[in-house]
Amino acid sequence: MSNKVFLCGVGGQGTILAAHVLAQTALRCGKHVKVSEIHGMSQRGGAVVTDVVFGDEVASMVCGPGIADIVISFELIEALRNLPMLREGGHLIVSDELIKPASVLTGRNPVPADLVGRLQAAGATIVPARATAVEAGNAKASNMVMLGALSAILNFEEGAWIDTVSAFVPPKTVEANIDAFRAGRAFFAEKGAAL
Amino acid sequence: MELLSGNEAIAQGAWAAGATIGAAYPGTPSTEAMEAFAKLPEVYAGWCVNEKVALEVGVGASAAGARAFVSCKHVGLNVAADPLFTAAYTGVNGGLVMLVADDPGMYSSQNEQDSHYYAAAAHVPMLDPSDSQEAQDMTADAYELSERFDVPVLIRSTVRISHTRTPVEPAERATPPEHPYESDPAKWVMMPAFAKPRRKVQLERIGALEAWVETCPYNQVIEGTSAVGVICSGAVFQHVREALPDASVFKLGVTWPLPKERLRTFAASVDTLYVIEEASTYLHDAVAALGIVVDSTPCSLPRDGELNPSLIRAAFGEAAPAHHMPADDVPARPPALCPGCPHRLVFKELSRLKAIVCGDIGCYTLGALPPLSCMDACVCMGASVSMAHGFELALASKGHRPVVGVIGDSTFAHSGLSSLLSTAYNRGGGTICVLDNRTTAMTGRQGNPFNGTTLQERPSREMDIEGIVASLGIEDVSVVDPNDMQAVRSALKAATSETDTLSVIVFRRPCVLIDRVRSKPYLITSCTGCGVCLTLGCPAIGKHADTGLSYIDMDACIGCGQCAQYCRFNAIEVAE
Repeated sequence: MSNKVFLCGVGGQGTILAAHVLAQTALRCGKHVKVSEIHGMSQRGGAVVTDVVFGDEVASMVCGPGIADIVISFELIEALRNLPMLREGGHLIVSDELIKPASVLTGRNPVPADLVGRLQAAGATIVPARATAVEAGNAKASNMVMLGALSAILNFEEGAWIDTVSAFVPPKTVEANIDAFRAGRAFFAEKGAAL
Repeated sequence: MELLSGNEAIAQGAWAAGATIGAAYPGTPSTEAMEAFAKLPEVYAGWCVNEKVALEVGVGASAAGARAFVSCKHVGLNVAADPLFTAAYTGVNGGLVMLVADDPGMYSSQNEQDSHYYAAAAHVPMLDPSDSQEAQDMTADAYELSERFDVPVLIRSTVRISHTRTPVEPAERATPPEHPYESDPAKWVMMPAFAKPRRKVQLERIGALEAWVETCPYNQVIEGTSAVGVICSGAVFQHVREALPDASVFKLGVTWPLPKERLRTFAASVDTLYVIEEASTYLHDAVAALGIVVDSTPCSLPRDGELNPSLIRAAFGEAAPAHHMPADDVPARPPALCPGCPHRLVFKELSRLKAIVCGDIGCYTLGALPPLSCMDACVCMGASVSMAHGFELALASKGHRPVVGVIGDSTFAHSGLSSLLSTAYNRGGGTICVLDNRTTAMTGRQGNPFNGTTLQERPSREMDIEGIVASLGIEDVSVVDPNDMQAVRSALKAATSETDTLSVIVFRRPCVLIDRVRSKPYLITSCTGCGVCLTLGCPAIGKHADTGLSYIDMDACIGCGQCAQYCRFNAIEVAE
């Protein structure tokens, strides 16, 4: 039995680092783990997805429709795009950040109507990731806020998380990242959508 | 245990086997393999100008007695096919192992060809790892295999192997056997008199490899129900294990040559037999050619793109678990040229000129996307220059729009240079734009001959593009700052007004991702809503849905000033 976490967002949001910290934490806690990243064209502001699969035994490194136990999106439109990956009864954690794709910026397409409402109807916990990160002292640490929220669902010791966050973020930013992580964890513990 | 990507694990395996020489041209999803190899102790690793050169460096190093490591993406093996097919005659001295990383699903490639066919056609063994541990171990073993059978060995990965991190126990470095160089023209000089006997050596080797592969532990049967048997390899093996946990599975670790007898035995042990593979019929056809009856899945598997467990379950008639249907109002999010990208204005001005644009492989291929929408063709590395020549030849007698080839600096070094040599030799016309952003940007900013940086920071030199071009006898060569709209416009106008002569414009400005220098951002003060700034396709410029007026996202803006030059109303100013 494996756990499948599907992370999505936009190039430059730190989804891959977040996925890496999650995977290292799972490894540290004795799990087998696979992390599948899509590089290349997606680095130029395109959509980014990463699959993290962990458990006592892991075969495929990717999710499919209705398979992901958790979908964690660092951006609202990407959450809607990847909603089909979520299994029935799975967790949906979404940052409130909106990054408009080119066709929306230039007025060719609208932002999907009632974006937040539709995500909430699908059971999403909307996380004010950037505001929380700013409060924690580092606007760039919103990925760690999201990871903190995710950590509230998963069964790993907080200490293991803190150790891996410390090991994998830039040395000068460890404190701010840990604060952001803890803030995200506290936010979800308090406001996370109940299933 | 460490979490290594397949690429890192392959590099570790090559290093552990004592490989000392690495050569590659970057290409997604293979790039990180040589980057990881370069960081390991006591190795030489370098970027070559293309994959053919890289493999030839590897063949030379092998002949001289070193264990050599070469890597490329699938289409790179097309470029390197020439040395591969004949290195399969010469064989090796020190072990020679080459990673070829396929891209089923085309995440960052122009096609999804299957490299298995190369192994079969060139008669070189191919190993298909299914996770990073195997990637490391198979690569290390491949050196011994290469030397034992006197043949180069291919490691075939895909994006889901190369870019998936899985736990690996990193191998220690071994001391390989010595292979001192001894002159041996009959082995290495492939003129007909020597190639004919080497061809016979190759044919004998096929027999030896076919005997070896029958007992090779990399081919494994995972026993399950006798009702369903599946033959598969690589990442697909992992998907099959998840989708069909009860099936009996023949996991091919070696995909050329195939273990004929073991496959026949396996086929006889199951009631139904399926071959599952991605974007190819290589394994299916090879298994069927053994006289094995291959069954069709109850529902069809996709013939193109990647597989995953859900697609395999669907092929066996299992409905997907309940899930949300895809929303039909989600706008696409394709990649875009970065804010401040020095390629942007060249495409904007080519679009104004209504030029026929032959594009090439790199970030600038994104100039094909709206709103720039300024590319007529893009086929393969270097083709911009030679296709422009073909366009010129075919349209010569007809009145036609200007023909322009657009190519990046690294791609120009890769193969555009030989195309330009050919156009110049044949007195072809047209305009070639070299977008010299001082790096190999798309694959992650690697060195190339025109920026003079090397993979292990060894001393090099910056080659002089305009000097090289001038030395071909091309008189109309200019160097232009691509962030200066007027300069770009007048250079393109001048070059394209003379259709009979060949002009080369070098647009030189560093990629904004190299130093990430930001100037003061711009803002829009008194917008009239004309929308011209939006036609630049800068991710930092948007339009208010309610008023139709443009705005600049000051967090995203890097202050390049490209847009300000297009605003007739002087409404775009530096933010103070």
